[in-house]
Amino acid sequence: MSLLAAILIISGLFFFTGGSIGILRFPDFYSRLHPAGKLDTMGLLMTMTGMALYTVQEFTLAAIFTSLKILLIIVFVFITSPTATHAILDAGVRAGLSPWTAPGKGERE
Amino acid sequence: MNVDNLSPDELSPDEKRQTPAFSTSLKQIISFAITFLICFATWIILSGRLDFFHLGLGVIACAIVARLSSTKLISRRGIENLPRQWFRFVCYVPWLLYQVFLANLHVMSLAFNPRLIEVIDPKIIRFKSKLTRPMSLFIFANSITLTPGTITVFVSITGEFTVHVIDEYSGLSLPGEMEEKVAELMGE
Amino acid sequence: MESFFLYGAIYLSLIMILSLYRAVFGPTVLDRMIGVNAIGSKTTALLVLIGLIYQRVEMFVDIALAYACLNFIAVLAASRYFQKRKGLYDEHH
Repeated sequence: MSLLAAILIISGLFFFTGGSIGILRFPDFYSRLHPAGKLDTMGLLMTMTGMALYTVQEFTLAAIFTSLKILLIIVFVFITSPTATHAILDAGVRAGLSPWTAPGKGERE
Repeated sequence: MNVDNLSPDELSPDEKRQTPAFSTSLKQIISFAITFLICFATWIILSGRLDFFHLGLGVIACAIVARLSSTKLISRRGIENLPRQWFRFVCYVPWLLYQVFLANLHVMSLAFNPRLIEVIDPKIIRFKSKLTRPMSLFIFANSITLTPGTITVFVSITGEFTVHVIDEYSGLSLPGEMEEKVAELMGE
Repeated sequence: MESFFLYGAIYLSLIMILSLYRAVFGPTVLDRMIGVNAIGSKTTALLVLIGLIYQRVEMFVDIALAYACLNFIAVLAASRYFQKRKGLYDEHH
């Protein structure tokens, strides 16, 4: 159980790393939203699941409530993360930022 | 996502004329009870205390909230097939998580790719969805945004989607299996 | 297991510095907001990790939940505020 939690946390940290590097490397803010909003959500899901598993190991009522709260955070983040991403994107669209297109491929449309 | 601001009670005239399986008062009671139970479960998880005082406070607070907002959460129109819908929703979530996981791996491989600028090809695509109900448009748009590689830019009430995709591979699946799943989920 | 959580928390903080680069030097305001949002979602995980290190999870989980709420509301409010501003490009002029 504790090994499974450790594996989940490590893979979650891996997703977090991918998100951060993606934010640094992607060319414009529209494409930066892809790693920022989603890889972080996935990393949060994995680390939180791992920590909930670790918490629920000692099988008492308080521990079960705590891990249920951690699951509640996951549900909350999964509902709010698309909305936050969309809000930032919408601000960009209304301010009139034009998306970056790959050089040489941009004139296709 | 501007699709969810229709209140559930704004029925079109022909939908109002359908003979309901339950009477209106019974529907009110059912939607009140469901909202109350959801609120109370959240209350118990958040407070974590099971003594009489805290549970009593929870009952009072949840009753007020459920009385005020039961029509917002549960649509009274489709209350007959609510259990079936929830069952389908429970089946939909693992599939969505699996898709999100696959797409996450793809975006991860993009982020660690040393030749990033040549690989990605961001563009904006438009398509017309066959979904009609506001709730299913809402679920579909959120599912698109939750899947990495695609972000919903705009949804019109008639189902025209504007989506920003990061490369060819991410855009291939739109509008495909996910739309079918959402349509099946909402019973369209 | 405690030292594992400790190293995880240190690693998470190091990752947050990477996102902080985008929040400080981002060319537009919206880039900064993406950086702040990314830091916020990492902080939610970091708070629960800190709780596991100090063995006070039941307290830190509440803080994490409140922080997740606050992060979401902050991003919504900031994006609603900045979408009325035309010319987010012009920050450097």
